[in-house]
Amino acid sequence: MVTSHASGQPVLELTGVGKEFGAIRALHGVDMQVFPGEVVGLMGDNGAGKSTLVKIIAGNFRQSHGEIRFDGNAVQFARPIDARAVGIEVVYQDLALADNLTAAANVFLGRELKRKFGPFAFLDHNAMAARALELFGELRSETRPHDLVKQMSGGQRQAVAIARTRLSNAKLVMMDEPTAAISVRQVEQVLGLIHRLKEQGVAVMLISHRMPDVFAVCDRVIVMRRGEKRADKAISDTSPEEVTSLITGAKEAA
Amino acid sequence: MATSMESPITFTNVGKARWWQSGIFASQTGYVLLALVALFLVMNFASPYFLTEGNMQNVAKNFSFIAIATLGVTFVIITGGIDLSVGSMMCFSAMITSMVMTGLSTPGMPGASWFVHLAADGKTVVANVPGLILLISVLAGLGVALIVGLVNGFCIAVLGLSPFVTTLGMLSIVRGLCYVVSNGRGSFPGGPDADSFYALTSGNVFGMPAPFIYLVILAVAMAVVLHHTSFGRHVFALGGNEKAAQLTGISVVRVKMEVYVIGALAAGLQGIIISGWLGSAPANMATSYELNVIAAAVIGGANLAGGVGGPLGAIVGCVLLEVIRNGLVLAQVNSYWQQTLVGVIIILAVLVDRIRSRMA
Repeated sequence: MVTSHASGQPVLELTGVGKEFGAIRALHGVDMQVFPGEVVGLMGDNGAGKSTLVKIIAGNFRQSHGEIRFDGNAVQFARPIDARAVGIEVVYQDLALADNLTAAANVFLGRELKRKFGPFAFLDHNAMAARALELFGELRSETRPHDLVKQMSGGQRQAVAIARTRLSNAKLVMMDEPTAAISVRQVEQVLGLIHRLKEQGVAVMLISHRMPDVFAVCDRVIVMRRGEKRADKAISDTSPEEVTSLITGAKEAA
Repeated sequence: MATSMESPITFTNVGKARWWQSGIFASQTGYVLLALVALFLVMNFASPYFLTEGNMQNVAKNFSFIAIATLGVTFVIITGGIDLSVGSMMCFSAMITSMVMTGLSTPGMPGASWFVHLAADGKTVVANVPGLILLISVLAGLGVALIVGLVNGFCIAVLGLSPFVTTLGMLSIVRGLCYVVSNGRGSFPGGPDADSFYALTSGNVFGMPAPFIYLVILAVAMAVVLHHTSFGRHVFALGGNEKAAQLTGISVVRVKMEVYVIGALAAGLQGIIISGWLGSAPANMATSYELNVIAAAVIGGANLAGGVGGPLGAIVGCVLLEVIRNGLVLAQVNSYWQQTLVGVIIILAVLVDRIRSRMA
């Protein structure tokens, strides 16, 4: 167990979470805690239960067993929108951006700022652009609110997707393979973005296959194998070699 | 975009797109508009009759006859869908409108006694409230369009059927219904309100054809809706990345239903206007107009893959088609060439856009 955060209250706490799909046990007895301002790496081979776990936390599935507490309260999400309402945001692998819209439009998609004129509500373009610019500034990303997303680099796209989570003041951001398909320089940018989130007290769960990225930004790493949590260690107490052997099963647990 | 706010970011690596590289200047609509202006100039030199007031009125009237439906279909195309049923829809709405108008104006028909009575001479039919029959019959025509739009939207958004197949089926269903309700004969707007119906659909207002005025009003409304409301934003988002739209919490089903309803209503209104100009609603009216409408939208820059399009493009596409048709007539070219030329222009417009986006 991690001791450095033991004094604070965990933002997310899972106790004995399990999930069955028919006869298949996808997840079994997972206990974990995530603290504000902490970056937790979630690692594991394909089929280890990472995405099932993420989908349960994000409200895509309901767990079969166990309890989820968020910000101290027991929560039960029926739909992803419920999870978003309490402050859990997911940055999807394919980023879920509309290429034909501007950066600002994407940040505010589905929660546009409006101004009322009698019975009509019109978009408040200036307010949205100003707020988006502010968010990109916080993330230290050189992204113009009026630029179209289709003209942007991978790093800028990540910034847009992450800015969206900042808009709602999310307390927990889960990022699914954010560095899987981008260039080395852009990986640096994305890891920088994760640091910005951490600075602002946001808890980040980084789901990744890339060992160097996890070791570069995470405070702690959780390893999943065959639907169970096999390790939960501070980064300083482990090594890429140990994590690799935990993922593959060469080492059963740590 | 000029913003007066203090920028918290310095842009060292990211250049700003120049004005000619963004907005309308970088769109297919812009290029086609340019081609249209060039065509006007060429036609002006080729035929002295082209730029006369009479001919321009003619052109304005003729393109307005498909442009309103094109605006509606553009909504559907922006979401990445397609509506092939617009031609049939035009006919059906027109037919229902004129049948209701005639029915309500015929003493002895069910319900007609509420609306009309016979004058003292025993022959002349007089409306109880002038204009009421007109209003109700137009609403009836738009009402059937609303139902067809809802069915299209339900099949596509809720049942998840392909837009192409659904609206292809609807093309046939609605055309069939036109023949069923009229028994294959046409119907004619009649009764005491028929004159005001003709005035509103094919008359002139301030020297401009009435349909042209409707078109301008609707196009402005569409521009406002598309660019300044969250509904418009969601329409574009759906065409750009439907999954993303879903994930951000946009009600994809609702937006889709709405665009198919808009498409059907625009087609219905268009049909009613055409029937006023024709003076009747024959059962084969507007056959294959869906192809002209979609061609105009695509020439004007709407992308069938979704995410791109607008009212200006829709109108520019319609004007281009009409000017070419008009030009060929004035130039005394065999008018059968028109269709061939339209096909060439569709491909050319898309080709130019492809080359441009490769170079950018």
